[in-house]
Amino acid sequence: MRRLITRVGEWFDRRLQLAAPIREAAEHPVPRNTASWWYVFGSAALTVFVLQLVTGILLAMIYVPSASEAWSSLQSLNHDVTLGWFIRALHGWGSNFMVAIVLIHMAQVFLFGAYKFPRELTWIIGVFLLLMTLGMAFTGQVLRFDQDAYWGLGIGASIASRVPIIGPLAVKLMLGGPIIAGATLSRFFALHVFVIPGMLIGLVCLHLWMVLKLGINEWPMPGRVVKKATYENEYHALTKKDGAPFVPYAVWKDMFFAAFILLAVAACAVYFGPFGPTGRPDPTIIQTAPKPDYFFLWLYAILSLLPPSMETPALLIGPVVAIMVLLLLPFLSGEGEKSWRRRPIAVLTILLIAISLGTLTHLSGYTPWSPHMNAWSGDPVPDQFLRGTTALQRQGALVFQVKQCRNCHSLGEAGGQRGPALDSVAVRLTRDQLIRQVIQGGGNMPAYGKNLSPSETTALVAFLETLRPPNQAPARNAALGVTQQTHTPAQP
Amino acid sequence: MSNETTFSRRALFMKLGILFNGLVATAMAVPVVRFLLSSITRGRANAYLAWVPLGSVSAFPEGETRLATFRNPNVMPTDGKTVNTACWVRRVVGDQFQVFAVNCAHLGCPVRWFPQSALFMCPCHGGAYYRDGSRASGPPERGLFEYPYKVENGLVIIQAGELPTTGAPTASLFGKKPPCAG
Repeated sequence: MRRLITRVGEWFDRRLQLAAPIREAAEHPVPRNTASWWYVFGSAALTVFVLQLVTGILLAMIYVPSASEAWSSLQSLNHDVTLGWFIRALHGWGSNFMVAIVLIHMAQVFLFGAYKFPRELTWIIGVFLLLMTLGMAFTGQVLRFDQDAYWGLGIGASIASRVPIIGPLAVKLMLGGPIIAGATLSRFFALHVFVIPGMLIGLVCLHLWMVLKLGINEWPMPGRVVKKATYENEYHALTKKDGAPFVPYAVWKDMFFAAFILLAVAACAVYFGPFGPTGRPDPTIIQTAPKPDYFFLWLYAILSLLPPSMETPALLIGPVVAIMVLLLLPFLSGEGEKSWRRRPIAVLTILLIAISLGTLTHLSGYTPWSPHMNAWSGDPVPDQFLRGTTALQRQGALVFQVKQCRNCHSLGEAGGQRGPALDSVAVRLTRDQLIRQVIQGGGNMPAYGKNLSPSETTALVAFLETLRPPNQAPARNAALGVTQQTHTPAQP
Repeated sequence: MSNETTFSRRALFMKLGILFNGLVATAMAVPVVRFLLSSITRGRANAYLAWVPLGSVSAFPEGETRLATFRNPNVMPTDGKTVNTACWVRRVVGDQFQVFAVNCAHLGCPVRWFPQSALFMCPCHGGAYYRDGSRASGPPERGLFEYPYKVENGLVIIQAGELPTTGAPTASLFGKKPPCAG
């Protein structure tokens, strides 16, 4: 039996001529200390990519890329097709994992100085792989043609339209017409299924080829400085002196981690299930608060928090600058120290980016910048704010509720967070300031002057004046005190 | 093969082959590029815009703002429900209207009208607009987009057909600053 297999194998290899190059690639020597758990993220990204290809092809067997059918075809995947929900869940969670692993891989490569000579191009191709991964994530979200996808496309179009001169043309090119409709979905399908995956496969092959040919980055040692003139000889000396064949010496950790990641994706898929689809992509249903998928939440937060005047420049210039920095990085610091122990700015940069992305993503979880559209009808004024109030003040509480102040202001922790909480507003603002703020607005608050009758304003302000903790004095106008004092005749 | 010969028969054919291939490729590229850009070239000179009816004037009470829907003038068979569009119709007085796009002037999320506080609020990034569509607060840099409208035979008719976005030429057609009516 064994002899038969060997003979069949020999028959094929005589014609394929692949055994020798594959063996050479598998057994190429790698520095011993790179057989580390830190070096497993690249292969894990590749594994998840293959998972995405397989599950993507499976989904394409049922999915219909038509604006009128896509949503229902996802419903039948979820409910009618055997294990359709699981394949969808694998694909959705796989995309989350892929973005995360690609980012971790990038951070590790950056911290270990692997982008330095002679691996500059490997890094640059990696940057494009990251962009394409994000492109796949966005186009994939569009293919889940639901309300989030529809309005997400609108956001994409609004951003594209801000590009000077060519913006409006870019919008039509992106949408395939004047509005988000059938042509839009079809072209995003073409991008997600043919164009970007094709480029991804090509660039992944190049990326891998270079890792094989240039060798894996050695474990960075503080003080072992990269110099273009000597690096390659030093690396070859290192692999000769302290090298081991990649297979089996290092590969088992890659295999373990890849299997673990696949298991994690499958566990998430089983436990959490597939993503959506949310409501039908019907633009006449406007009772919706669209949100992007997980990996774009940070962007959603930035778009809410930037001052309006800075937004367009930041949106249009920011990504260009970020991509340029990533692409130029290996040219700006192609030599020198690799070890993160000697590169404090690199470590701080990674920390800063990670903390910023984490914070922004966390904020997007509860969107303090959005009005709570239902607070005025859903969150009653808590009882403790009404105890011992007069009829006028209670009337004010009604005005407060019915004019939807709660949508932006919270009382007793319930209500919107767009404006400040009003639990102790009377400590901060005097009666006159309250009236002015209500009528004229300002500081990001709309003016309610046209929309409140004088009696409503009086009642509302009377209620607002009661909003202070019992042991704290109300705000008072210091200037008024001074003028009143000067008017009172001095006591003899 | 001699290095001195710069003009061998083989080299000539090679060059002619490249030239011929290049010519054919260029010729083939023209229809490809025209196909790819068709959504832009067709839309030049506002070809996508058309007048569509929203309903009779009496459907919109004076002083109120109501949601109306219309079907986009350009329809493909595969568009499904996406060609149905919503807009906010404010009847100021008599035949005087304001028809706002539901798309927030910030990034296009659907704004909702709150008659009690007389504000349009956006659920995405917290934009708010007054009843006349002018900006009240939040990230938008301008007021709501307005569709040009006319009243004919008791019908409210608007000029629509394009997704309103900040940079679109129709955005200026729809008025940079909504008039302060009422």
